[in-house]
Amino acid sequence: MADAVGAILLASVTLYAVLAGADFGGGLWDLLAGTTRRGRAPRTLIDESITPVWEANHVWLVFDLVIFWTAFPRAFASVMTALALPLWLAVGGIVLRGAGFAFRKEITRVSLERVAGAAFAFSSLVTPFFMGTVVGAIATGAVPADASHASLAAWTSPTALLAGFVFVAAGGYLAAVYLVVEAGRRGDRSMRTYFTRRAQGAAVVAGALSLAALFEVQNSDPAFFSRLTGRALPLVVLAGVCGLADLALLTAGRTKGIRAIAALGVAAVIWGWGVAQYPVVLPRTAVTLTNAGATQATFVALVVVAIAAVVLVVPSFALLYALQGRQMLGEGEHGTPSAATSGGYPGTPSAAHSGPPSPDHRPGSASRAVALGLVAIAAIARRRRSR
Amino acid sequence: MHASGTVLLAAVQGGAQDVPARAQMATTLGFHIILACFGIALPSIVLLAEFIGLRRGNQTAMRLARRWSQVMGVLVAVGAVTGTVLSFEMGLLWPGLMRQYGSVLGVPFGVEGLFFFLEAIFAGIYLWGWRRLPGWAHWWSGVPIAVSGIFGAISVIAVNAWMNTPGGFTEKNGRITSVDVWQVFFPRSAIYEMPHMVLAAYMVAGFSVASVYAVGILRGRRDRYHYTGFALGFIPAAILTPFQIFVGDTAARSIAADQPVKFAAMEYVAQTSRQVPEWLAGVYVNGHVYAGIKIPYLDSLLVGFGPGTKVTGWDSVPPADRPPVVWLIHLSFDVMVGLGTLLLLAGLWAAWTWWRRRRWPRPLLFWLLGAVSGLAAIVAMECGWVVTEEGRQPWVVYGLQTTAQAATTNGGVLASLSIVIVVYGVIGTATIAILLMLSRRWRRDDRDDDSVPYGPPGALADRPASQVES
Repeated sequence: MADAVGAILLASVTLYAVLAGADFGGGLWDLLAGTTRRGRAPRTLIDESITPVWEANHVWLVFDLVIFWTAFPRAFASVMTALALPLWLAVGGIVLRGAGFAFRKEITRVSLERVAGAAFAFSSLVTPFFMGTVVGAIATGAVPADASHASLAAWTSPTALLAGFVFVAAGGYLAAVYLVVEAGRRGDRSMRTYFTRRAQGAAVVAGALSLAALFEVQNSDPAFFSRLTGRALPLVVLAGVCGLADLALLTAGRTKGIRAIAALGVAAVIWGWGVAQYPVVLPRTAVTLTNAGATQATFVALVVVAIAAVVLVVPSFALLYALQGRQMLGEGEHGTPSAATSGGYPGTPSAAHSGPPSPDHRPGSASRAVALGLVAIAAIARRRRSR
Repeated sequence: MHASGTVLLAAVQGGAQDVPARAQMATTLGFHIILACFGIALPSIVLLAEFIGLRRGNQTAMRLARRWSQVMGVLVAVGAVTGTVLSFEMGLLWPGLMRQYGSVLGVPFGVEGLFFFLEAIFAGIYLWGWRRLPGWAHWWSGVPIAVSGIFGAISVIAVNAWMNTPGGFTEKNGRITSVDVWQVFFPRSAIYEMPHMVLAAYMVAGFSVASVYAVGILRGRRDRYHYTGFALGFIPAAILTPFQIFVGDTAARSIAADQPVKFAAMEYVAQTSRQVPEWLAGVYVNGHVYAGIKIPYLDSLLVGFGPGTKVTGWDSVPPADRPPVVWLIHLSFDVMVGLGTLLLLAGLWAAWTWWRRRRWPRPLLFWLLGAVSGLAAIVAMECGWVVTEEGRQPWVVYGLQTTAQAATTNGGVLASLSIVIVVYGVIGTATIAILLMLSRRWRRDDRDDDSVPYGPPGALADRPASQVES
């Protein structure tokens, strides 16, 4: 049961990384988009792609925290104590990013808009970096079993800092890949090229940083390295293959499936980490999945919550991404409204149908059924009213 | 010498953190709870407006629904991030609590996570689907937000209720050995805490919406738009107020039984006795109540419906187990009850006038009351939280773990507290500034609309294109 909950935690961490990671990456590209005039087109695309979904994506973080403290309270308390500083900095980034993003939408004066936008963009850089150092610190066994003091050394080791940079680069890579597809779907050639170039750059940087981290681990933590290249080897190889495949597809100008491959690559890195340190929660301590403080009843309750999440939350996400993918959500200034209805332009619907609306949920029948259900309920309600 | 040095060191490094940690939790929770109220209740009010707009073709209600939904977008976003801060603080400020009881109180939080998901997902659909989703489909996409707001609130309150009346687990040698999930989710105090907070959320959101339009009416904007806006906020909140007072009264009586020391602090009951008087206002210092009004027997009457009812005083526990600042608890309780009564009177006034004259009351006083009703509801709700949280001190889990044991052993909480105060000050100011800016923008739009005699009214132009086509 503890193993199942561990897998659930790792799965929701993965979802946070591939979904919210992309939102942070969007902030990174917003930051690097240049002057107000030059950055207008990419910023608009980023803004429109993130707006309806970022809050829902962000909830994965809250979910991760709750599962962590419920299932492994001892490990949670230690991590929160030992790594208090980077966690506070990450929280600060989350607050400024969310508030800055929400405020920027409503502000019309350019100078204030710039302040809010800078808060959003800069904190999109800060948050994943410190989260990365936290993961790096845990993976390198820098968190003791019952920490009573914050430790600076724990998260400023070369591996932890490299992990921070890997997180930033991976977010940028995911975001750029998603935005390539988004631009393609809107038929925006110049943005497609723009983000293709950035996706390639980010893929190279993220790959190089990951390799550097791997070499660093080989020197600093041979035991972890041997497990990474031992039982976790297939996942490490998969991550590398996904990165190279996306790089090749992007260079060839193909966009079909690149989002799923990019997400799979990032997921493989996270599962590689998980498999390499299984069944230990805090490496170099005796804290494992089973003895980190929870009882059987708690594990059962969490598995039930996870099943409920699959039943309730996954179809809802599918609906959200499906509607977002068909450009049903948004303020509507860009693109004519008729494109959203079933007729639309001959080009757009096929584009909208071919790519999955999100890397993790196939658009297929489920989301379509939910969308149809919603319309059907509305129709029934209307009929009842007219009676 | 050496021993005292160790104690001093421990005080500097460890024990001393619980006061700043409590101050920080109070600041962040006190800020977030206002946004949470809007998150819980505003969707229902927006849906009510949209419902009237769709059903009766009421363009004014429709326009209000669209604008409120924009306000909701800002408040939900800020609420989402300030809520995240709280979940980090559970570990960053209270690792002792999480280490010991994380696996118990985490279960309701997990359920809350589910509802938070649904809320955020459907908020994404509802808030950004105005233009492209057909009318009733759009309305239905908002229903899950309202429903999951209520259930999410219930789940979080389950945790607070559990901290007040813990149960549903067994502890052996300082370790949790078994958990009864059902009992953890519904501890004794849940039955009154859950409805009390959900109703409070609806009152805060409803009266706040009403105040905005009451201010407009006071400024002479006596048009249909303002009266509709006022009514859509005021009427639901005023209808719920008497229920809230009933729930609150029941809650106070149950607290006298479940947490007698908290109740003693609320009512200034120093010694366990019969024929206990009720104090209105007043400050308790060293056994004396200054500037208070004493009503003989009333407290006993309220607790047990008879003057002979015995009420437990705080002398039932040693001084170290009593809340440190009783006057704050008592005054907060009185302010909450007083403001609740004021809001009840405002509702009764409106109901009376409607019954006799079929219109809103005309006196200036009513509209002044309406204008402050939102603030009054917010203050009352915050006072309620002060009562329940201060009243539980020195415990974080009543009778089991003290707040000092729960607090972080890391130094530097004063630093994070200072930063939090500054950042939240900026965010709070910016949020209010943005809402005011939206209001100014809308007023300008309305003026522009009026200047086009034959142009379509604003709300009609906003209809989804698909309906116009079909």
